[in-house]
Amino acid sequence: MLEVAGLTTTYEGLVAISDVSLKVGKGEIVTVAGANGAGKSTLLKTIAGMEQRQSGSIHFEGERIDGVQPHLITARGIAFVPENRRLFPRLSVRDNLRLGSFLFRKRPDRDAPLDGVFSLFPVLKERLGQLAGTLSGGEQQMLAMGRALMTRPKLLMLDEPSQGIMPKLVTEMFAAIKAIRQTGVTILLVEQRLVESLEIADSAVVLQTGRIVLRGSAQEVRDHPDIRSAYLGA
Amino acid sequence: MRDVPPNPSTSLADRNLAASSSSRRRQLLVALAATALAACVPLGVSDVYAMNVMILTLMYLALSQSWNVLGGYCGQISLGHAIYFGIGAYATVIVYLKGGISPWIGMVVGGVFASWIALALGYFCFRLAGHYYTIATIVIAEAALLLVLNWEWAGAALGLQLPFGPDSWATLQFGRNKLPYFYFVLALSLLTWLIAWWIEGARWGYWWRAVKDDAEAAASLGVSIFDSKMAASAISAFFTAVAGGFYALFVSYIDPQSVFGFQISLLITLPAVLGGIGTLWGPAVGAVLLIPLGELTRSYIGGSGSGTHLIVYGALIVVISLLRPEGLVSLFRSSKPARGAQA
Repeated sequence: MLEVAGLTTTYEGLVAISDVSLKVGKGEIVTVAGANGAGKSTLLKTIAGMEQRQSGSIHFEGERIDGVQPHLITARGIAFVPENRRLFPRLSVRDNLRLGSFLFRKRPDRDAPLDGVFSLFPVLKERLGQLAGTLSGGEQQMLAMGRALMTRPKLLMLDEPSQGIMPKLVTEMFAAIKAIRQTGVTILLVEQRLVESLEIADSAVVLQTGRIVLRGSAQEVRDHPDIRSAYLGA
Repeated sequence: MRDVPPNPSTSLADRNLAASSSSRRRQLLVALAATALAACVPLGVSDVYAMNVMILTLMYLALSQSWNVLGGYCGQISLGHAIYFGIGAYATVIVYLKGGISPWIGMVVGGVFASWIALALGYFCFRLAGHYYTIATIVIAEAALLLVLNWEWAGAALGLQLPFGPDSWATLQFGRNKLPYFYFVLALSLLTWLIAWWIEGARWGYWWRAVKDDAEAAASLGVSIFDSKMAASAISAFFTAVAGGFYALFVSYIDPQSVFGFQISLLITLPAVLGGIGTLWGPAVGAVLLIPLGELTRSYIGGSGSGTHLIVYGALIVVISLLRPEGLVSLFRSSKPARGAQA
């Protein structure tokens, strides 16, 4: 579904990711792990069209999408939930969701994902009239994901969804990601919480200073000695 | 993800995102009532000077509301809207003088032409971010002023004079009684308000506000930042030019400085800034306060030291930006739930 080949992106003259290749199959959850500054966010931003690649290519459903403008990439079915969620804090929950749905011209197309979003995140339904800026961290993350789902994506890219939310909600956040996959949405997940993300992922890549240093199935990555010592404390 | 008690009475309103239209309908009724009320004012006021001030106030209301479409809703702060105002004024006069074509058509011609100019300028300028865009608009408007100052065919620095004709709605010429101008510009004010009202509820309006608040987040939801700015710019320029055409007919004499000058750009921008940028009522509140105040200071103190009214404007803006950066309209809003909160 998504095929990244030899991708290099520089950011203000510094190489942020270098020669990254990655495949995401339909219906999979692929997680990208790595320390701060390893280039995880840059990888997602480049796929979303918000950073320009230096070299390499990105194909989505067989079509080349590198160099395509961000809003057109969304229209092709890639939704991106950026780090820190980037909600519109002065708009209501309802209006934030609407902004996702406006990709479609017809009312039924706009409202179609709503039942799914509400069954995933029932709290959003209660908060429809509330300003997005007044939500808790966890609720904001749910809204950001709900808003992205309103664009009816085929591929959902999440950048650090567990960041800034209460620890006890983290498990539920990962359960929600799993539930989204069950509805047929492919997921590319950037996460620092390696343990939890490997539990729901099919495969994983590990980035280190912009390069992929390890890749494999979730099981293989989990069992890799370096990972065990570096992340899992074993 | 929190446990929510099952709610069997899921209303239809929860199954789609259409916002409640009751508050929007209320706004519309208030605007229509205000217009009707304003339409009655001339019945009690016959003073020529007061009539002039009212007409100018309504004109700047319409202008500032047009500016608000781009500056307020889409967040692109232009300080060069005089270019569109001047284009509208010159187009209307030139089309009438040189082609004998009705000023009604002239105003539309001016509007369409201004929109094209706005799109051409936007094509280059919307690649500039924030303050650079604002600076570019000032420079471009000043360049337009210099061009027209040296344009012999259009009267150069001397400007253009409309011939005196009989009073007529067909040519929009009313020499003695200015009352028809009042109703024309009142209708134009209402029209620009309706445009802003429509934008607030439309898909494009949501996009523009999203572009203003967080362009990158907007793009990630499928919003074209560039197209949004271009569309807002074209609509804003159109109505600014129509008001420019009106101004030319109202004063029946235009010269480059009086329609392309920087003070016009300021007067277009200030009411919205004073009243509240990106609000439905900001430009109206701002214009009703600012323009009469400016006219009064100009006529009573301004005789000896011209420019006193500019000091008043400047002082007001400083006070507002220090005490109420969101504009005067925000004074009324504090008691009500914020926009969009009415579920």
